[in-house]
Amino acid sequence: MKLFRRLRTDPVWKDEFSIDRADEHYVSRRQFTKFLVLTSLGMFVGNMWILARSWFSKEPVYPEKSICRATDIPIGGVRLFRYPTQKDACILIRTEDGNFVAYTQKCTHLSCAVYYAREKNRLECPCHEGYFSIKDGSVLQGPPPRPLPRVVLERRGDELVAVGMRIHESI
Amino acid sequence: MEPQHQPTRKRGLTAIDGALALITILLIVQMWLLTATLESYLAGHQEVVLPGAIISGIFFLICTGLYLFVRRVDAEARGDSKSNKQALPSESPP
Repeated sequence: MKLFRRLRTDPVWKDEFSIDRADEHYVSRRQFTKFLVLTSLGMFVGNMWILARSWFSKEPVYPEKSICRATDIPIGGVRLFRYPTQKDACILIRTEDGNFVAYTQKCTHLSCAVYYAREKNRLECPCHEGYFSIKDGSVLQGPPPRPLPRVVLERRGDELVAVGMRIHESI
Repeated sequence: MEPQHQPTRKRGLTAIDGALALITILLIVQMWLLTATLESYLAGHQEVVLPGAIISGIFFLICTGLYLFVRRVDAEARGDSKSNKQALPSESPP
């Protein structure tokens, strides 16, 4: 009888190692599910953070800064300047029709410095061949995801003055 | 000699795997949603931020629901497993 019972029941060593292997699968799946749900919570918190930023962000106040005299720049010429802080490089261009436009010089892709390609009348990023329109800074070609932020200019007599930034142009 | 609780356990594992796959898909969509919302927000399209947050919240709630489902299935399977294990000695001959 004792031998018969031994054959029908689990081996003796299982009493010492009483963890069921199938239960291990359950535990790992459940824990992994919990991890995924916590990651999902993180994504949701990220979206809420963006929402809070958009609700509570204030419009920045830009200083006025004189750039140069209009007559200093010939048709098709450029002038580099810094606005609104000394860390923000910008480019002022006098277009073929005599107007002045200014944009930040940082490409919206990976922040390389854009330059004015006069023969093609556009702003070009040399790093990844991103091209921007000279009219409104919109992306013409390449990887940049957003238009170039535009510097708002005012002409006071012969003087060109930067008075603000227009970051959210249409794509 | 298959134990009696194996079919229930397998069904439970299949259900958990299905829930896990759904959660994974939802999570991938949620990651894309977060990056797309951030990109649009930085580009000045603030109107997409609120719908993005709402949809992300819905996805999170679905994921939580699926997690609770997994826990319930897990508990049921374990309960079934335990009850079968307890029943086994009484079935064996004295």
